[in-house]
Amino acid sequence: MSEFSSPADRPERHGYSEQDVQREVTELEGKSATAARIFDLRRIIGGLFVVYGVIVTVAGIADDQSAIDKAQGVNINLWTGIGMLLLGIFFLAWLKLRPTPPTVPEVTPEDLPDEPGA
Amino acid sequence: MKNQVHIPPYLAAELRLPTNGLDYTILAIYFAVVLGIGFAARRSVKTSLDFFLSGRSLPAWITGLAFISANLAATEILGMAANSAQYGAYTVHWYWIGAIPAMVFLGLVMMPFYYGSKVRSVPEMLLLRFDKAAHLLSSILFAFAAILIAGVNLYALAIVVEALLGWPQWVAIVVAGAFVLAYITLGGLSSAIYNEVLQFFVILAALIPIVVLGLKKVGGWGGLTDKLTASHGANFTTAWGGTGIGSSNPLGANWLTIVLGLGFVLSFGYWTTNFAEVQRALSAKNLSAGQRTPLIAAYPKIFIVFLVMIPGLVAAAIVPGFGTPKSGYQYNDAIPYLMSQLLPNGVLGIAVTGLLAAFMAGMAANVSSFNTVFTNDIWGRYVVRGREDEYYVRFGRLITVIGVCASVGTAFLASSFSNIMSYLQTLFSFFNVPMFVVFIVGMFWKRASTKSGFWGLLAGTVAAMVNYFVIYKKGIIDIPSDQGANFVSAIVGFVAGAVVMVAVSLFTRPKPAEELQGLVYGTTSPGMTEPPSPGDEAWYRRPALLGWGAIVIAAACYIPFSF
Repeated sequence: MSEFSSPADRPERHGYSEQDVQREVTELEGKSATAARIFDLRRIIGGLFVVYGVIVTVAGIADDQSAIDKAQGVNINLWTGIGMLLLGIFFLAWLKLRPTPPTVPEVTPEDLPDEPGA
Repeated sequence: MKNQVHIPPYLAAELRLPTNGLDYTILAIYFAVVLGIGFAARRSVKTSLDFFLSGRSLPAWITGLAFISANLAATEILGMAANSAQYGAYTVHWYWIGAIPAMVFLGLVMMPFYYGSKVRSVPEMLLLRFDKAAHLLSSILFAFAAILIAGVNLYALAIVVEALLGWPQWVAIVVAGAFVLAYITLGGLSSAIYNEVLQFFVILAALIPIVVLGLKKVGGWGGLTDKLTASHGANFTTAWGGTGIGSSNPLGANWLTIVLGLGFVLSFGYWTTNFAEVQRALSAKNLSAGQRTPLIAAYPKIFIVFLVMIPGLVAAAIVPGFGTPKSGYQYNDAIPYLMSQLLPNGVLGIAVTGLLAAFMAGMAANVSSFNTVFTNDIWGRYVVRGREDEYYVRFGRLITVIGVCASVGTAFLASSFSNIMSYLQTLFSFFNVPMFVVFIVGMFWKRASTKSGFWGLLAGTVAAMVNYFVIYKKGIIDIPSDQGANFVSAIVGFVAGAVVMVAVSLFTRPKPAEELQGLVYGTTSPGMTEPPSPGDEAWYRRPALLGWGAIVIAAACYIPFSF
């Protein structure tokens, strides 16, 4: 069986060993770009919920009596809107208070011309 | 544990929601953000590890919420509401005994092995502990199941969207498929996980107003239990009423099959060895974050049961005979029915968005775990070996396209054979169980030989299938309901797998001890002893405290439902 691409650096065993996985994944972790390049999700959640919160709150303020009657006499748009707005503000405040930790610049010059995601 | 949705051939026509431009604006904003996340995550993909496991670099709160969101698919939401409308408060078992103990076990006991060994998938763990036969069998079954379940998800979405919004089924299938395809192909797992976290909050925003208004309509929790006791009997709002061995209850299960079948075998099988879940924990940035992933997810899981159970109970209380043919509604209609009755435009748009988000979360979790297993475990191991890393990223994107197209195909197939599809779904729920027995025996018994993995997996799968399709379906043993039969099949599969593993191990050579380091309980590997990173020694981040805390709260939640 041609098990190993280069027999020299893989031990002769019955199969694939834990050391192989450890080495391969450690190597890839070293080159990984996620930690350095991924955006902070808190900004997206915060932004979306602030926008939704405003839209739904305004809908609640503008609601006529029929909408309120449908919702068992509760102005559900207003309350849901305020709730979503607060959640959005919470995420933006969290982002402001504990900003994204700066990552160690691991990008070496030859990495730079990389097509992102190519 | 995931409930199986019995796909209805139609939803009641009167469920059409009075959506307007405001609701569609909310939906459109959501779809734009989903795509935006895909494009923005694209630049973080450089290696195959970035594409398939987010470079093992995400913080625990993100992977934890993605972990719960991957489970909180719409089939789960609609299915558990249906379960509650049909069986009552027994639904809590799927959460408190059928999820929390297994999630805590995954975090405290299994994650050090998964994360520390640096495997990229659950089948890869079987390759290290057992052999290629076990690896290939589990990889192929998993890949097949993932596509099938993604397709069933798409089909369920199409039915719901057709009933609620009036879109033709094929439009819904193609639109949802295209969005999932776009964001996973672009940003890989990071994009899937980020969207899942966002979906988690949108789903909550959709369900909470339904629960609040539903309770108000029936006069609060007290009014709800009074109405249900009058119409469905006192056991309907209890967790254990009528579950004595030999007594009858609508669930068709007794406390023993609930605890063993659901609480132990099915639940541990689903939560600890289903790669669509475990993948989220493997993408965490260090061992501590990996361990905390299922533990952080356990806390929302304890309380989400109320958000899905109460709408089901409310529907059962306000519509006489809800779910039976004479009411005109099916059990699955519980949440859509309350949406149409209670929500004004605005919140209605949020609820529709949340439901679509939940369908997409379920599908994306399956697609992103499928492309990882197919690329790393099947293609990269047995078909095209040893190519440069960029090749596997390209192949991963290609197989994502193929996988989504295949699930669109299974979705159309499901529309013509919906019964067969729900059988197949049941079948794959068994598949997790033999997988779990192979894991647990391999992890705690170092004598289990390399050959025993494959045979245990095969025997367990076949035994569970035989029990369900022959012994139950042909009526050889009388089990009153599908759910009850599921629990028994799971126990049968577990026992058969364990017995065969022991038997095969006794006749074959054990694996040498030095090859078991970090794979068997009591041994360690280099990855398991990493020093904690700064901040992780804080008391609220200690896995043991988080885990036992979740168990205590889940147990306490049973108290008001037990007397």
